[in-house]
Amino acid sequence: MSIWIKHELCSGCGACVKVCPYAAVEIIDTKACINERCTECGVCLTSCKEKAILTDVTEKTVPDFSDRKGVWVFAEQRDGILNRVTFELLGIGQLLAKELNQELSAIVLGSKIDKLIDPLAEFGAENIYIAIHPSLNDYRTIAYTSVISKLVREYKPNILLIGATHTGRDLAPRLSRRLGVGLTADCTELSIDPEHGDLLQTRPAFGGNLMATIINRYSRPQMATVRPGVMQQIKGKSPNGPRKIIKSVSLSEKEIMTRILEVVKEERQKVNLNEAKVIITGGRGVGSLEGMKKLEALADLLGGEVGGTRVAVEEGWVTVERQIGQTGQTVRPDLYFACGISGAIQHRAGILGSKYIIAINKDPMAPIFQVADWGIVGDIHEVVPLLTEKLQQR
Amino acid sequence: METIVMIKQVPDTTEIRIDPSTGNLIREGIESIINPDDRHAIEAALQIKEKLGGSIIAICMGPSQAIDAISEALGFGVDRGILLTDKCFAGADTWATSFTLGRAVEKINNYDLIICGQQAIDGDTAQVGPQLAEYLHIPQITYVKGIKEITEKKIVAKRLVESGYEIIGCGLPALLTVVRELNKTRFPRFDWLIDACNKRAPIEIWNAADLGVKAYQVGLQGSFTNVISTYTPTFKRRGEILEGDSQRMVEDLLTRLEENHLV
Ligand SMILES: Cc1cc2nc3c(=O)[nH]c(=O)nc-3n(C[C@H](O)[C@H](O)[C@H](O)COP(=O)(O)OP(=O)(O)OC[C@H]3O[C@@H](n4cnc5c(N)ncnc54)[C@H](O)[C@@H]3O)c2cc1C
Repeated sequence: MSIWIKHELCSGCGACVKVCPYAAVEIIDTKACINERCTECGVCLTSCKEKAILTDVTEKTVPDFSDRKGVWVFAEQRDGILNRVTFELLGIGQLLAKELNQELSAIVLGSKIDKLIDPLAEFGAENIYIAIHPSLNDYRTIAYTSVISKLVREYKPNILLIGATHTGRDLAPRLSRRLGVGLTADCTELSIDPEHGDLLQTRPAFGGNLMATIINRYSRPQMATVRPGVMQQIKGKSPNGPRKIIKSVSLSEKEIMTRILEVVKEERQKVNLNEAKVIITGGRGVGSLEGMKKLEALADLLGGEVGGTRVAVEEGWVTVERQIGQTGQTVRPDLYFACGISGAIQHRAGILGSKYIIAINKDPMAPIFQVADWGIVGDIHEVVPLLTEKLQQR
Repeated sequence: METIVMIKQVPDTTEIRIDPSTGNLIREGIESIINPDDRHAIEAALQIKEKLGGSIIAICMGPSQAIDAISEALGFGVDRGILLTDKCFAGADTWATSFTLGRAVEKINNYDLIICGQQAIDGDTAQVGPQLAEYLHIPQITYVKGIKEITEKKIVAKRLVESGYEIIGCGLPALLTVVRELNKTRFPRFDWLIDACNKRAPIEIWNAADLGVKAYQVGLQGSFTNVISTYTPTFKRRGEILEGDSQRMVEDLLTRLEENHLV
């Protein structure tokens, strides 16, 4: 125990008994004694007039991490196709690696992955760590955790980035606990602290009402999940070509603990708002399925996609996979049209990466105008068809 | 079937106001609620109990007023509640939180299933569930949107993924994190709510000493990550409101789009 009482000095006054929040100090035979309930919180230390309570509890210190090098990116694949977020992670990874003067690496797990190497290299991976095993074909929590944790322990990266997808948000926390390191969820900005070289991880909290910058001083690798659709992809092949490091793995079904009995594909996969250059989104103001048709006509003309606020989704005017915002998709089109949308913070959270935002709303006080490049105060049922018509004429 | 549900008390986010000068949350007048996904976790546990029998314990870590969340859980039909509260739990990141919850589960030492909400609306991290599963060395199924089969020994669940869903099976004990599509929550029973606020209600309060943990292992001290700054997002946009009648505004918009090579 690291708090103790020097009995020669103890007067048995009982002051420490009174201040202890845990009933962890008792007077036994006129002397104070600390029992097993002590949490080493230190509250008693200053209560003792005789200075009989001693401690060796020290301030938390930052360990030396100078042997930790490299930025790693988890390359997420399903059915042999890399998730788009992988390239976004490599994009931000390139910037971080350059800032730190360290190398950028990708880790890829699967059963057949030959086709994935070139694209990873093309988007900046200098090293590619590869683990191949039939059990790694489909993502499963414990299989992936086990393999990646072994790689991390062996090669000691400084930073490990994972996409905040359904896979990433299942894997990253499990892995962080296994590795004994901190983890920041769903980051939208990453940079390097110029003074200490730590990773500054910025993320929205309270549904986007607040942005928080988080730092992980006490453990390595610095792990973060990154929101899909936020970071830019950057092409950038390393001149030496990628260095491939192939790891052999042994895995048993027993240790993996879960089995995938079936994979069911649903419609939702067809929409790719992430890649759309133009998005026309409708809110409550759309009023009906017919109203939505007017937005669809404009979207068709501009080669874009339609989206909806949560209200539009709940009303059934737009399907759920097209919901945009905190609990829907994050998008970054060149042109974003918000039609009949008030601009609640939860909605705005998903559209801030748009190059240009155009708001059409009949209420001049609607908060959406605060985030718009161009605003039209008017009725969407008049303005949207007019816009479509005039565009057709040009 | 012994089930533990993990619940968090959160401020109702639609009403959140930030003090622009300090960047702090204005908490006055903001209602606290059981985190929405956790309501679905409670509902899932109740439906399982209705089918297989057994009992349900709700665990909540938070300040002393978080006992309200536990009372509400008892109102839905949860059998027992445990509030983990201690000054030194404050400021915990997900690492320290999953450790604290894990110690509570170890102290209970009798469970088949742990159910958490997918994520909390204040932090949105979705990390505590999987970290707790790893701490306990049990399998996890996240994003659960359906339970196909459950027995005393195993579970088969539908896990939501971007391209549809997966059907995943595993043995018990296991940990699930659930999404709102899983079920429709019920209303609490008024008489049970009243009982839950009674002094003799089956609610226990545990502190760091009860969990046998050291102050430096929990809360801010036991965390790896720290928030070093917060700010309210600002939006740098042109903010130009077009003027005139509809014809004029639409013409002006098109001109601007053309000038910027957007159409
Ligand atoms: C935890 C949580 C998560 C959420 N996640 C999301 C999310 O991911 N995405 C999301 O969108 N919302 C989300 N919401 C809901 C969000 O808070 C808002 O309720 C929602 O975005 C409002 O949708 P809206 O703008 O369509 O409707 P309203 O707020 O009702 O706004 C309708 C607007 O349309 C205007 N209007 C009406 N008729 C016309 C007309 N004829 N012409 C022009 N303008 C007109 C009105 O002036 C008004 O401004 C979330 C909420 C919570 C609590």
